[in-house]
Amino acid sequence: MRKVIIFAVMVLAIMAIALPAFAGGAGEKGAAPAGAKYAIVFKNTGNPYGDKQMGGFKAGIEEQGFQAILRAPDQPTAEAQIQILEQLISQKVAAICIVGNDKDALQPVLTKAKNAGIKVFSLDSGVNPASRLTHVNQADSEKIGRTLIQAAYDMIGGKGDIAILSATSQATNQNLWIDYMKKELTDPKYANVKLVKVAYGDDIRDKSVSEAEGLLQSFPNLKCIIAPTTVGIAAAGKVLTDKGLGGKVFLTGLGLPSEMATYIENGVCPYMFLWNPIDVGYLGSWVATALVTGKITGAVGDKFKAGRLGDYTITKAPDGGTEVLLGPPFKFDKANIADWKTVY
Amino acid sequence: MMDRSIRAVKVWSWRTFFFQWEWLLVLIFIAVNVVNSTLSPYYFTMDTFLGTPMSFLDKAFLVLPMTMVIILGNIDISVGSSVALSAVVMAVTYNAGLPMPLALLVCLGVGTTCGLVNGILMTKFKELSSVIVTLATMIIFRGIAYVILTDQASGEFPKWYSSLGWGSIGKVPIILIVFAVCALAFGLLLHKTSFGRKIYGMGNNLTASRYSGIKTDSVIMIVSVLTGLMAGFTALFLTSRMGSTRPNVAQGYELEVIAMVVLGGVSTSGGKGRIVGPLLAIFIIGFLNYGLGLVNIQAQVLLIIVGLLLILSVLVLNIRFRGTQRAVPSAVKSVAAPEQPGESNS
Repeated sequence: MRKVIIFAVMVLAIMAIALPAFAGGAGEKGAAPAGAKYAIVFKNTGNPYGDKQMGGFKAGIEEQGFQAILRAPDQPTAEAQIQILEQLISQKVAAICIVGNDKDALQPVLTKAKNAGIKVFSLDSGVNPASRLTHVNQADSEKIGRTLIQAAYDMIGGKGDIAILSATSQATNQNLWIDYMKKELTDPKYANVKLVKVAYGDDIRDKSVSEAEGLLQSFPNLKCIIAPTTVGIAAAGKVLTDKGLGGKVFLTGLGLPSEMATYIENGVCPYMFLWNPIDVGYLGSWVATALVTGKITGAVGDKFKAGRLGDYTITKAPDGGTEVLLGPPFKFDKANIADWKTVY
Repeated sequence: MMDRSIRAVKVWSWRTFFFQWEWLLVLIFIAVNVVNSTLSPYYFTMDTFLGTPMSFLDKAFLVLPMTMVIILGNIDISVGSSVALSAVVMAVTYNAGLPMPLALLVCLGVGTTCGLVNGILMTKFKELSSVIVTLATMIIFRGIAYVILTDQASGEFPKWYSSLGWGSIGKVPIILIVFAVCALAFGLLLHKTSFGRKIYGMGNNLTASRYSGIKTDSVIMIVSVLTGLMAGFTALFLTSRMGSTRPNVAQGYELEVIAMVVLGGVSTSGGKGRIVGPLLAIFIIGFLNYGLGLVNIQAQVLLIIVGLLLILSVLVLNIRFRGTQRAVPSAVKSVAAPEQPGESNS
């Protein structure tokens, strides 16, 4: 019996000591005045691209003298994001910037946030127009989709099988780009290019690796993999390098220079594209504060200043809502990768 | 002479009453709330206690039958896949033109069928352990869900359906009411009926139970079917909250649910535990998760804490068990031979 009591005390002691210690690391002590906190919710943890993006958001918010809350669930699912959003609503944050795992599934909880007076907008991976005030987009989605197909066409010499390795099947931004890729492929110029499969690696490293291996096994004549996601392209780069397929199967898509430098230098990936994820998050931080102060409402034509990035204007988005575009995608190849791999 | 009779009824004492795992859980629950309240000023509100359960009660439906499964000495790791399959079939049949109320029934029906399949496999192929059977069906059910919907999502449900998971009657969430009714039903079934006694009996000694005339197969079958039915309920509420469904929903639910049951003091070797424990465990983990979220602690930290709690629960239960083993002989001695002089002094 005495041991039981000792254990009971231990449970309480562990709780009492451990929790504040963990909380201390996370910052927030609950003393900050309401309205000063700005939250960003990314798709999942363990995604370097997301870390950069959240880092940019944090830098921007702190530069303006506010407090940033960075959250991401351990699984890239809408269920997990709903729980986090509920917690943010209870904390009465001023604005929520959501990088959605699902276009529609977050609508009920985001509506709840809106009704609680929180400014809600999406960034990078959007949510449906009814759930958001506006959307911060990296680059023109149409341009990204079409550019990637043109890159693949160029690499395979205008003829052969290609495949796409995407994130989750519900990822809003990837799906939009894939739609534009398919549109681009309808051009008669691509008569000899065949899109054999769209595989989903869910932005999880193991799954992306096995999906990439699956593509190579199922389609022996595959000439090019397009991976419009940083986790996917790095996984495919590793698979192609390990199998010694450099020069036989090409790789392009959207990748982080720091992760892709090896594969660009060894020729597996001749070139790829990306924007600066830090800047995407940074732009998001200025959209957040402008929405909260009422400088913008998220309507087409609203203008605001985004710190070091300069002036931006809200435009109409292809899905019927509004968006802010960061700028054109940037091309990384053997010539410039050495300069960029240390930046992000 | 009266003193020599064997007492079948346990002697009630405040010590045995308070030194139970369930009381420890109550203490932990209070501790979680105290810690959460001190960490965040937003925690101790009505909204927390009425609103938060909405976000974790969906999987709690699975805890109820899982408690029975584990008391039986079995395990069911296919529940997450049953949820996914039920949700996917509901979405697909609704979008194929079936009215929503019927689609809800289809959802419960598919869940129940999943349970039935598990039950049949377990009773027909007794040489297979429940882990193997449900491991197989876990893969099969989710596989079917993927075949039906591939890697896509399905949804577009009518507006009223989302109020099932998001709505409240007065201030009390609908999901909380439904769960309370289910919990009460399972509690009564397990603790107040002969069916419940059979479950404990089988968990303690399956062979002895069979020889004493218990239809063990039908008990296993009924528990499996109930598990499937509850998977259907989880699918209903989960999908209602999500607004759409995918074949990969409810992934990992089986382990979360088993963790709650074990934390609730139900022994994985069968025959021991009460429904109160897992019920408390649901709210401990749920509120712990919510409280940590309020102070923006990463999800992984919660996993560490739950893991620690699990180890603790196993340790405490073991120590308690050893304690009673030591205590029993002396108690028997004093009950059986109280009149012999000298004995009491030794």
